[in-house]
Amino acid sequence: MKKTPSSRRSADDRGFRLGTGFFALLVVVLVAGIFWELFRTSQLSIDKFGFRFWTGRIWDPVAGEFGALPFIWGTLYSAVLAMLISTPIAIGIAVFLSEISPRVLRTPLAFLTELLAAVPSIVYGLWGVFVLVPIVRHLQVVTPPWLKKVPLFSGPPLGVGMLSAALILAVMVIPFTSSVAREVLKAVPSTQREAAYALGATRWEAIQAALRFGRTGIIGAVILGFGRAIGETMAVTMVIGNNPQISASLYAPQYTMAAVIANEFTEAADDLYLSALIEIGLVLFVITLVINALSRLLIWSVTREVKAKAPRAAPTAVAAKPQAAA
Amino acid sequence: MNRTARRKFTSGLVVALCGAAVVLALVPLFFVFAYVISKGFSSLNWDFFTSAPKPVGEPGGGMANAMIGTLILIGIASAVAVPVGVIAGVYLSEYGKKKFATLVRFTADVLNGVPSIVIGIFAYGLAVLPVKHFSALAGGLALGFMMIPIITRTTEELLNLVPGSLREGALALGATRARAAFSVMVPAALPGIMTGILVALARIAGETAPLLFTAFNNRFFTTRLDQPISSLPVQIYTYAVAPYEDWHRQAWAGALVLVAFVFTFSVLARVVTRRLERMHRT
Repeated sequence: MKKTPSSRRSADDRGFRLGTGFFALLVVVLVAGIFWELFRTSQLSIDKFGFRFWTGRIWDPVAGEFGALPFIWGTLYSAVLAMLISTPIAIGIAVFLSEISPRVLRTPLAFLTELLAAVPSIVYGLWGVFVLVPIVRHLQVVTPPWLKKVPLFSGPPLGVGMLSAALILAVMVIPFTSSVAREVLKAVPSTQREAAYALGATRWEAIQAALRFGRTGIIGAVILGFGRAIGETMAVTMVIGNNPQISASLYAPQYTMAAVIANEFTEAADDLYLSALIEIGLVLFVITLVINALSRLLIWSVTREVKAKAPRAAPTAVAAKPQAAA
Repeated sequence: MNRTARRKFTSGLVVALCGAAVVLALVPLFFVFAYVISKGFSSLNWDFFTSAPKPVGEPGGGMANAMIGTLILIGIASAVAVPVGVIAGVYLSEYGKKKFATLVRFTADVLNGVPSIVIGIFAYGLAVLPVKHFSALAGGLALGFMMIPIITRTTEELLNLVPGSLREGALALGATRARAAFSVMVPAALPGIMTGILVALARIAGETAPLLFTAFNNRFFTTRLDQPISSLPVQIYTYAVAPYEDWHRQAWAGALVLVAFVFTFSVLARVVTRRLERMHRT
């Protein structure tokens, strides 16, 4: 575009680049703006409590005592449990759809699994409250007494609690992890599998070769799912029981960062209370920002590099190490 | 020999397990659908689509105000997000190799993963705190912020499907870069861009969390943008956590309407995208 002969045209082109670039800049400004706004409005709480906010276990708005540790615990515990359940399933789906499935089934199955992501959170929540929670409650009732002595299964059979939240989160996270993992597997050069087959590998061994090649991206896919699980709000709020306590029990009602914001934001009567809730939001924002940035970098390192190297992938791919690409 | 048999067995087992994973994931999908459809349909009636909620304890009433509210909210959101998203997408597709473009792409992807409740707090600080009351405007703004990264990325992706020779042809005829983009490339990708907007609408139409403390809720019909407004997701939430049987019934009906709405958009978007891809890739 610099080569256009007339200077007026190049001025026009410059105007176009700057004009559209301005709107692109807005996307960046938006993220910076979110951080600034949250940081600014949570100042009151940050000044008053400092780091104590994140180690305190007592959340008592009436007494003006705000400790956010139970929410951090509930968020991480539920997200980790959800990942333990969803990761094997999501990777299984990705492998099935990209490596195993017959061509005719591929598109409809991919569509169906992605529909899981299209169901609004509130609908999962509704289903959770009226269908899943009673099932979990029944499960808790029939838990044998000796098992209830284990801290993991202690507590009264309420239905609402950590287990219900983790199950519903797992369902919601599966489509995110699986679709990105599928994208990563798609980017793995077919020479990887062909080489494995040529060496006499079974199907699973060839799949392993592909998985190993794309492992950076697949880890990225899992981390992306983790980020989703941490920020998920409505469905979790409706089934986790909303009780700010730190418990290892799957049956105990607990609370997450997103849920406490959703529940208490409109009730926050005084400035300090509101500020404390916004500080939770700020940390939630920073955590998900870091997690998303990390997962994108990992995913891009596989899908991008492979695309860039595609023409000469054939001779080098067999020996290529994915780390080198990253 | 034994070793080979074992390897083959392992392989077969893993293949079967992967198939089982697909089935396992589709079970909840099936159940959610079955419940929403069966419970929702039996609760749908004429009132549901035409009247606002009745006072507590009085049976009947509907979610008409919430449906209108949702339409108004996504209208505001589109007004905010479509221009920004599409033009930013044009930039990314025209100047995609620049460092700045990579930064924007990255930020958009990251923004896409920011929890909706956090976006809600942002919109609260921007549009509720200064005027000290909830409003449709604040809710629409929150939803709009969520739409921007989705529209930006899909617009870019679909513009990239349009053959570069079209742009080159326009430039060769003496068109400026802007002309080539807005008179040739964008019209060629228009069905795709509409699809991107549909995808974004499907994503945000069911959002509840960012509306809880921006648009809030309203028991009455309203079209005023500076007043709290009801929306389907928030209304479903309010009814689901309330202790009344009749409200639960209506929550299911609301869920059915919401799901139908979201799915029509998703399926439509998918069909158009497929067609576009096939058209341009061959």
